[in-house]
Amino acid sequence: MALVLEQLLNGIQFGVMLFLLAAGLTLVFGIMGVINLAHGSLYMVGAYAAALGAKLTGSFLLAIPCGLVAAGLAGMALEYIVVRRLYARDHLDQVLATFGLILFFNQAIILLFGRQPMFVQIPPLLSGALDLGLFAYPVYRLCIILAGLACAGGLFLLIQRTRLGMLVRAGATHRDMVQALGVDIRLLYTILFGLGAVLAGFAGLMAGPLLSVQVGMGEQILILTFVVVVIGGLGSVAGAFWGALLVGLVDTSLRAFLPQILRALMNGSEADALAGGISAMGVYLVMALVLLVRPKGLFPAYG
Amino acid sequence: MKNFRILAVAAAAMCATSAVHAQEPLKIGMITTLSGPGGYLGQDIRDAFQLAIDMQGGKLGGAPVQVIVEDDALKPGQGKQIADKFIKTDKIKLLTGIVFSNVALAVVPDVLDADGIYVSPNAGPSNLAGKECNANYYVVSWQNDSLHESAGQNANNLGYKKAFLLAPNYQAGKDALEGFKRTFKGEVLGEVFTRLDQTDFAAEMAQIRAAKPDVVFQFHPGGAGIAFLRQYQQAGLTGVVPMVVPSPSMDAVTLKAIGEPALGLNVSAQWNSDFDNAANKEFVAAWMKKYNRPITYYASQGYDTALAIGAALKATGGKVEDAKAFRTAMLKADFKSVRGNFKFGKNQHPIQDWYAMRVEKDEAGVPVIKTTGKISSDVGDFYAKDCKL
Repeated sequence: MALVLEQLLNGIQFGVMLFLLAAGLTLVFGIMGVINLAHGSLYMVGAYAAALGAKLTGSFLLAIPCGLVAAGLAGMALEYIVVRRLYARDHLDQVLATFGLILFFNQAIILLFGRQPMFVQIPPLLSGALDLGLFAYPVYRLCIILAGLACAGGLFLLIQRTRLGMLVRAGATHRDMVQALGVDIRLLYTILFGLGAVLAGFAGLMAGPLLSVQVGMGEQILILTFVVVVIGGLGSVAGAFWGALLVGLVDTSLRAFLPQILRALMNGSEADALAGGISAMGVYLVMALVLLVRPKGLFPAYG
Repeated sequence: MKNFRILAVAAAAMCATSAVHAQEPLKIGMITTLSGPGGYLGQDIRDAFQLAIDMQGGKLGGAPVQVIVEDDALKPGQGKQIADKFIKTDKIKLLTGIVFSNVALAVVPDVLDADGIYVSPNAGPSNLAGKECNANYYVVSWQNDSLHESAGQNANNLGYKKAFLLAPNYQAGKDALEGFKRTFKGEVLGEVFTRLDQTDFAAEMAQIRAAKPDVVFQFHPGGAGIAFLRQYQQAGLTGVVPMVVPSPSMDAVTLKAIGEPALGLNVSAQWNSDFDNAANKEFVAAWMKKYNRPITYYASQGYDTALAIGAALKATGGKVEDAKAFRTAMLKADFKSVRGNFKFGKNQHPIQDWYAMRVEKDEAGVPVIKTTGKISSDVGDFYAKDCKL
């Protein structure tokens, strides 16, 4: 029982990380109509900037703004210099251009930091494990869950309750009308892109102490992020949230429980190999199922 | 007088160009992984290979050589394309460099089909070691399984009875678990195949804790290994469940990134930087002088590969066109390996010694990998018996 709960928490934690990435991606993808493959690079920029900040200042607290600011600035610069030119073009051009950006960012990081992975220490305050009665769970991972949920709440309020959010929603469906009313939609898109970048950077800086900060870390998680966006419905932040939790939970549970279940049915070694195979494709099966039943995703943004 | 000097310079220059024509350097094609999380592996192989050439004054075994390096980005398809370009466009006959077994399995058959020669500085997949062995395919590093067989032997020696095994779901990962189980005499409580690109192991940590093994064996090369060990500590398992790993899971670079959580880790390898032989001391000193960064197994293998090729070139007078003559020369392994004893078995994979190592603090309190003893001597590999060479 304790093991099941612990694995569920692991799943939620993974889901929350995916949400932070997927939120930015879905906004850019759904509202601005740009497929941004370089979103993972912004995650990497956030992780590297925070790692550098932590190394120079020795404080994780100071590393947080480093990561956020660097990712945000990189995102806005990206929008201003490259992505802005892609709005009117078709998706293939966007994929090509942003794929080129991945290569650019990876090479830039290699030039600046080298190929060897960096590591960030977990701040001592968060390094222990919290006794939850049945089992102990790492404090840092709990913090990720809380921070991610807070971000989700904040984003919801921002989009549903503020003037900026209203403009974002209006700009998504009636771009020309919003512009005709005198709103600078270009600036709005830059801000939106920067916001997505900040969220990706936040995920990156939180991932730093768990995973290794290394070149190409963004691509590893990018594919799953796209799966989340597709499951949730393009352009829907709520969809990204539930999609991320679903993917996180399914992925973790398959990895955690399938081997034991199969071991009860067949001999150990074969069961483990089969479980490894099935859990590797589990989330893609879920995506296929969702698309079969609801082709526009769980929470289609409009119509 | 002035004219005479110009004439002399011109004459000297002409001599120099004709000398270059006479001694066109032998091109060696290196396909290796330089980008992505596994990038430092290829970087170390490339740099150590070049170091050996530099130490011999731009030559290997007296023959001038030129290394052409391309990055396969850990993509088998990209590796194939590069091999194609090397063989067809650049007319290169001698190739080396591949780090990962999945890339090697895609590229090596192409090279051999085109009558090329391939010398592996790292990947030694089982598929190419047994029935499919080839006269023009040499492995200087190890057959993949031997890494893990030595780890299994190490676990026996350390007295562990119940093991939990983890490896990524690809050819080398499967070889890893097979290899470990071949020599490990205790009970295997569970086997987990992780994804090759996985970096978060929280679910696996919980499984390990639930299984309560005596020892964990895991094979996660490069960045994933760093993440694994950090999360092992964060999950409170470090010091509770000891770990036995093969060298790819714990090299000098991963150790530097991990630091203290790695203390107490049991490693098995064919080489370590503290080996007390003249060839190794010379290599380590030259590496530190030129690159001044932690030195890994990959570097030692890249260096040995260059030496092995050099020894063969010395015997053939720098020629690779006659693959038979090259083979005769190569199989003598007439070089001083930095790992000590080294010879080729009949499937042209190494017969060598394996050593036990432990991560301990040195005098300055910094964690280092210390050699503690020998695990086995003169070991070949499991597949050699199926090879009909």
